[in-house]
Amino acid sequence: MLLRHTSKEVKVREGLTINPAKTCQPIGAMYAALGIHGCLPHSHGSQGCCSYHRSTLTRHYKEPVMAATSSFTEGASVFGGQANLLSAIDTIFAVYDPDIIAVHSTCLSETIGDDLQQISKKAKDDGKIPEGKYVIYASTPSFVGSHVTGYANMVTGIATQFGVSTGVKKSQHNIIAGWMEPSDMREIKRIAQVLGVNIVLFPDTSDVLDAPQSGKHLFYPKGGTTIAELKSIGDSLSTLALGSISAEPAAIALEKKCKVPFETVDMPIGLSATDRFIMVLSQRAGVKVPDEVTAERGRLVDVMCDMEQYLHGKRVALFGDPDQLLPLTEFLLDLNMKPVHIVSGTPGQQFDKQMRLLLNERSPETNFRNGTGADMFLLHQWMKNEPVDLLIGNTYGKYMARDEDVPFIRFGFPILDRIGHSYFPNVGYSGGLRLVEKILGVLMDRQDRDALEEKFELVM
Amino acid sequence: MEHLGILEGRQKQILEKRSGMTQADIACDTSSLSGSVSQRACVFCGSRVVLYPVADAIHLVHGPIGCAAYTWDIRGAVSSGPELHRLSFSTDLQEMDVIYGGEKKLYTSLIELIEQYKPKAAFIYSTCIVGLIGDDIEAVCRKVARETGIPVLPVHSEGFKGTKKDGYKAACHALMQLIGTGSTEDISKYSINILGEFNLAGEAWIIRQYYEKMGIEVVSTLTGDGRIDAVRRAHGASLNVVQCSGSMTWLAKEMEEKYGIPFIRVSYFGIEDMSKSLYDVALKFPERPDIMEAAKQIVSEEVKTLYPSLQKFKKALTGKKAAIYVGGAFKTFSLIKALRSIGMSVVLAGSQTGNKDDYARLREMCDEGTVIVDDSNPVELSKFILEKGADLLIGGVKERPIAFKLGIGFCDHNHERKIPLAGFVGMYNFALEVYQSVMSPVWQFAPRKGGLQ
Repeated sequence: MLLRHTSKEVKVREGLTINPAKTCQPIGAMYAALGIHGCLPHSHGSQGCCSYHRSTLTRHYKEPVMAATSSFTEGASVFGGQANLLSAIDTIFAVYDPDIIAVHSTCLSETIGDDLQQISKKAKDDGKIPEGKYVIYASTPSFVGSHVTGYANMVTGIATQFGVSTGVKKSQHNIIAGWMEPSDMREIKRIAQVLGVNIVLFPDTSDVLDAPQSGKHLFYPKGGTTIAELKSIGDSLSTLALGSISAEPAAIALEKKCKVPFETVDMPIGLSATDRFIMVLSQRAGVKVPDEVTAERGRLVDVMCDMEQYLHGKRVALFGDPDQLLPLTEFLLDLNMKPVHIVSGTPGQQFDKQMRLLLNERSPETNFRNGTGADMFLLHQWMKNEPVDLLIGNTYGKYMARDEDVPFIRFGFPILDRIGHSYFPNVGYSGGLRLVEKILGVLMDRQDRDALEEKFELVM
Repeated sequence: MEHLGILEGRQKQILEKRSGMTQADIACDTSSLSGSVSQRACVFCGSRVVLYPVADAIHLVHGPIGCAAYTWDIRGAVSSGPELHRLSFSTDLQEMDVIYGGEKKLYTSLIELIEQYKPKAAFIYSTCIVGLIGDDIEAVCRKVARETGIPVLPVHSEGFKGTKKDGYKAACHALMQLIGTGSTEDISKYSINILGEFNLAGEAWIIRQYYEKMGIEVVSTLTGDGRIDAVRRAHGASLNVVQCSGSMTWLAKEMEEKYGIPFIRVSYFGIEDMSKSLYDVALKFPERPDIMEAAKQIVSEEVKTLYPSLQKFKKALTGKKAAIYVGGAFKTFSLIKALRSIGMSVVLAGSQTGNKDDYARLREMCDEGTVIVDDSNPVELSKFILEKGADLLIGGVKERPIAFKLGIGFCDHNHERKIPLAGFVGMYNFALEVYQSVMSPVWQFAPRKGGLQ
C-alpha cells in the first residue's frame, strides 16, 4: 500500500503535481539526438540534468548513453553560458570526436537567455567546428510542454538544420519517427523494405540503443540516420510524419524550408493505425501492398477474432504520451475493450482535440485529461472511483497496479524494470500481435489465479 | 599517461601509482570541464539523496517537472513505517511562473500537500531556475510553517551553485534547523547518532542492531529510515558516528560546534572496517568496559561464521582484478580492503567527489600500477578497464552498462543495490555478488573473449 494516502475524493488542485505522468523537454531532445549516427547530445545546463537524463535512458535501455554537459556554475548563470558552450564544443571535438554535436537547452540556460542559434553561429565563425562536422541545436525549456515536446523540437532542429533543397528531387520518401523504441524504428524500416519503398527514416535509434554485445564500449554505435541521409531529406518526394505531436512539427518545418510535401498519420500501433500507415505509404510510393504484408495483417485479424471473447468489455486505464495513446486507444476499441480512464501529462490542445474526437465517436463516457493536473495521482483516484480490469502505462504504473491489484502492462517511457521494448516492436501488425498477446497474458493469468477450483480451466 | 590520449585538461585528475612516486597530487574538488561526459550530478541531486530517506516528511521539488520526475523513488532507501518519501511532488513550474514568479504556486502546493498527507515536516528543494527568478522560498516556508504548525524547511539546492557536495551541505543545513527542537529527556549517556547511513536495502537496521546489542542507544539515523521526531532530538546523543564522509561530515562538525557532540568517521563495509566501527564507538565510552566486551563478542561471533563462508569465494576469485568508480572516496577505501579479503586486487580506483586527503590516502593504500581517477568519464573508464584487464567494475547506474558491454562482472555499490552490503552479513552478500558476477559463464561469449568461432 505504497499509495495508501491516495484519497478517493477528487479535489481540484491548484499548484501541486503528484506523481507526474510526464517529464521535462531535454530528455526527449537527448533521445532524438541519439538517433543520428555519430552524434553526441549535449546538455547546455547544470551537470545534474545531463546525469539524470543519461541515468533514465540507461535504466530504460540497459545501454551506455553518452552525452556531454556544459557544467554550468554560478558564474555561467550570471554572465551567460556562451563561454561554457564554446569551450564545451572545443572539448567535445578534441576528445570525443563526434560527427555532430546536438545541443539542447535547459530551464537554466533558457532563463538566463542563452541564444543557441547565435552561439552555434559564433562557434562556426570562430572556426571551432572542424570541416565536415556539425553543431545543431534545439531550444528545449523544461518549463514548457514535456519530454515529448523536447523530442519534437530536436527532430525539428535536425530537419531544418540538415534539410536543404538542391532542386534535384531524389526518388525517396522521408519518414519522421515519432517517439518510438529502436525496435519500432527497425520495424518501420522493415515494412518499407517489404513494400519496396525507398525511405530515409529519422531519427533512428536502432543499432544505437539496442546495440549488440561487442566486448567494446563503442562511443558511437553503428546505427543512427547518417549525415548523408539527413542532407538528402530536402530533396525527398514527400514526408510522412508518424504522430502529430512528436513528428509533425518537423515535417511542417521541412515543408516550409524545402517544399517537401508532408502527410501525418498516427503512429502505426494496432490494426487501424497500421492500415492507414501502410495505405498512405504504398500510395505515396505508388506500390501495391505485397501479399507478405496482407498475410501479416491477416494473422493479426485472425488472433483478434479468435480471442475477442476474452477481451470484450474489459475495462482499461491507460497513461502515457499522446502519439502512442491515440492509436492505442483506437486499438483497444477495435478489440471491443473499454478505455475507462486516459491520462497524459503532456499538455496541448491538438492532442485533447484528437482524443476527444475519437472518444466522442466511440466511447463518450471515457475520462480523459492531459496537461495540468493530469498526473498519476488523479488516475489513481479515478481508478478508485471506477475500477478497471487492466492498467497500461510506463513502469511508474506498478504502484497503482499493486495497490489496486490490477493486471498491468508496461508500455511507453520509461520502462525501468523490464526488458523487451528495445527488441520487440509495438508498431505494425506484428506489434499489434505482441500487444494482444501481452494483454491476453495478464488477463488470463489473473483469471487463472482467481478462479475457484471447480472453475479452474485447462483450455480456457 | 600520455600514451592513453587522455584529454589535456583531465591529466591532473588521473594518476598511476608508480614506485618512487613522491609528489603526484591529484587535482580534485574542481568543477567538471565544460563538454565532458562526466558521471557527476548537481547540487540538487546531493540534497535529494541525503534527505530522501526521511520517510514521514514530504519532499516538494520547486521547479519544472524534470527534477521531481527523475528523483521519484530511485533510491532503495527503505522505511519501516511511513513511505511519503517514495512519492513525487512538484510545483511543475510553467513559463508564466518563470516570468511572474512561483511563490504563489509554491504556497498553494504546500497547503494542498500538507492537508492531503499530514506530514511531520516538509522539505522544499529549490532547483536551478528558482535561484534565478528569485522566489523568496524562505518567506513562503515561514508562512506555511506558521499556518500549519509543522516545520517547513527550505533546501537551497539550485543545481548550478556548486557540486553534489554543496548539495549535501544544503541538506545538512536543513537538518540543522530541525536538530535541537525535540526533547532529549530520557536519552542515555551511552548514545549515538548514525550519520550518513541511508538504509539502502535495510543496511541501517543491521548497523543499528549491532550498536544496540552493545548496549548503546541509537537516538537517530541520519537519514536512513529517518523520522522527523528522531532528527529533532539528535542533539541529545553523546557521539556522532559518521559514514559516507562526503555527505555528512559537515553536519557532524556543526553539531560538534553547536552542541559539543564529538564525531568519528567509520565505514560499515568489509570485516576490517565494520569491526573497527564497533570498536571505535566502544572506545568513546571507556567507563563502560562492558560495551567494548560486547563489541568484541559481536565481532568474534560474526567473524567465526563469516570467515569460513568467504573461503570458497576467495579461492575462486584470487588473482582477479577489480575497478572501482563510486560517488564518495571513503567508500573506495573499504572496498579495496573488502576486495583484498576475497583475494582480489584493485587496478582502478576513483570517485566523483573525493578530496585531496581522500586521494592521498587512496594512493597510500593502492598497489603499484593502480590507476587513480577523479571525476572520470566513460572513455577513460573503459580504456583503463581494458588496459588493466579488470574482471569486475564496482559503480552505479551509469557505469553498469559499460561493464556489461565490455563483458566483465559488475557490482552496484550505489542506489540500486538490492541486498545489504553493509555489516558482517553485508560482507558475505558482497562476496557472493562479486563471485556470482565475476564467475558467470556469460562473459565468455563476448566477442572480445573469442566469440562465435
